[in-house]
Amino acid sequence: MNLYHYASPSTFYPLAGKLVPWLAALALILTAAGLYISFFVAPTDFQQGEGYRIIFIHVPAAWMSMFIYVVMAFWSAIGLAWNTRLSFIMARALAPTGAMFTFVALWTGAFWGKPMWGAWWVWDARLTSELILLFLYVGVMALQAAIDDPRRSDRAGALLNLVGVINVPIIYFSVKWWNTLHQGSSVSLTRAPSMAQTMLWGMLVMALAAWVYTLAVALVRARTLILERERRTEWARAQLEEPA
Amino acid sequence: MLKFLFTVIRRDVLLAARRRGDWLTAQFFFVMVVSLFPLGIGPEPGMLRTIGPGVVWVAALLASLLSMERLFADDYRDGTLEQMLLSPYPNSLLTLGKAIAHWIINGIPLLLIAPVLGIQFNLPAEALWILVLSLAIGTPILSLLGSIGAALTLGLRGGGALITLLILPLYVPALIFGAGAVEGVLSGTGSEAHLSLLGAFLMMSLLLAPWVSAMALKVSVE
Amino acid sequence: MNWESWQAFWAMGGYGLYVWGSFGMTLLCIVGEVWLLRRHHLQVWRRLKRMKSWDPQ
Repeated sequence: MNLYHYASPSTFYPLAGKLVPWLAALALILTAAGLYISFFVAPTDFQQGEGYRIIFIHVPAAWMSMFIYVVMAFWSAIGLAWNTRLSFIMARALAPTGAMFTFVALWTGAFWGKPMWGAWWVWDARLTSELILLFLYVGVMALQAAIDDPRRSDRAGALLNLVGVINVPIIYFSVKWWNTLHQGSSVSLTRAPSMAQTMLWGMLVMALAAWVYTLAVALVRARTLILERERRTEWARAQLEEPA
Repeated sequence: MLKFLFTVIRRDVLLAARRRGDWLTAQFFFVMVVSLFPLGIGPEPGMLRTIGPGVVWVAALLASLLSMERLFADDYRDGTLEQMLLSPYPNSLLTLGKAIAHWIINGIPLLLIAPVLGIQFNLPAEALWILVLSLAIGTPILSLLGSIGAALTLGLRGGGALITLLILPLYVPALIFGAGAVEGVLSGTGSEAHLSLLGAFLMMSLLLAPWVSAMALKVSVE
Repeated sequence: MNWESWQAFWAMGGYGLYVWGSFGMTLLCIVGEVWLLRRHHLQVWRRLKRMKSWDPQ
């Protein structure tokens, strides 16, 4: 199969349309399986009781927030290098979902921290980096929203995305250092309970569910973007005849 | 090529010298922001000493960003920027020159004012010295990274607030290492590691930022 | 099975607020995202259809 065939919006659009329902169904199944493991298979933790079950959302959400940012950067780089419209669209389509997972990671981090460590927010390295990641996402989305010209908007956002991705390791390192300097006892919020096999499986399944969900949502978002940008072409106008 | 660089720097510095009002505003902003913190938190000397390095550094970040919006905007508006981009010299030389000029105009004054503000926060002499040193290494970083933000947001409505949103996360390592260096002196743990890392961050910014900023200019202008 | 009763399940060993506060917010975010997405898609669709009807070309 020639991959370049799908690099054109007109062929990508129907392909994405066909994929979305299957991806959505798969995401639902995986989520159900993940939730089952989270609540009914994984045992009670010796130290943290039932409260630890939050990690089945917190950790996958955090993984996704970082993974999506990197995938966005990948598409941004491809777009800037080869000037392919679809690459920029994919990067744009992923951003809101990435920001959402970052927010969920922060929220669940706080809800996990309160019963475990007594405070709604602790400035530990991981949470603080997650917060900065949220700012990075918001920055890209705000920049793209502020620019009317689609071409400039795409490219500026892509550039900012790449600058961000290079800086993320530096930021993480500096925050980690800052954290160890300022905290005598290394109270690590994200130190998970000693990993029973089932716990790891639970997190992996939930992470997979999150990834499939992200794909489905990003494809839908991409389709909407494509439709809008290609609205003057024959094939897009033909698409409007079908039901939404 | 060096001549081109010097010309760019000289031009910006001259233009700023003719509009001293803008420049003074930024410096007063720096002083005022720093003074707000004791007013908001309380004048207890021990506590002021603790927050002093961080407060001065954050104020330096904000003051630097305040003037960033106009880095390319004035030249863009009257068409000079496009002409400069068409010159045979690499565009990264232009952005480097602009960043250096920004540092000369906005960064160096911060270095001179900072010790005075440090005294307000009860910092001892060694800490004051390290504060100035950390800012001396750090403020060029601010100018370099800020130029990327200025290039990306050229001509946009959001303007100053948008640049701040974009660039502040990138400033975080500089803030951590810079303020951390002064704290290291205060707590007796030493500032060498912080300053070395800050220096490394400066090297990286010096190598990459002008080039990225030039790319951003091309995106914004064409 | 981990739970003796539905009661125990909801209580989550005393951590109910935190566990369900987390899962609940996540559910809210996902439902919200999907809903907003669908709404946006339909808005764009309707607008483009309208524009097309003005300009049959």
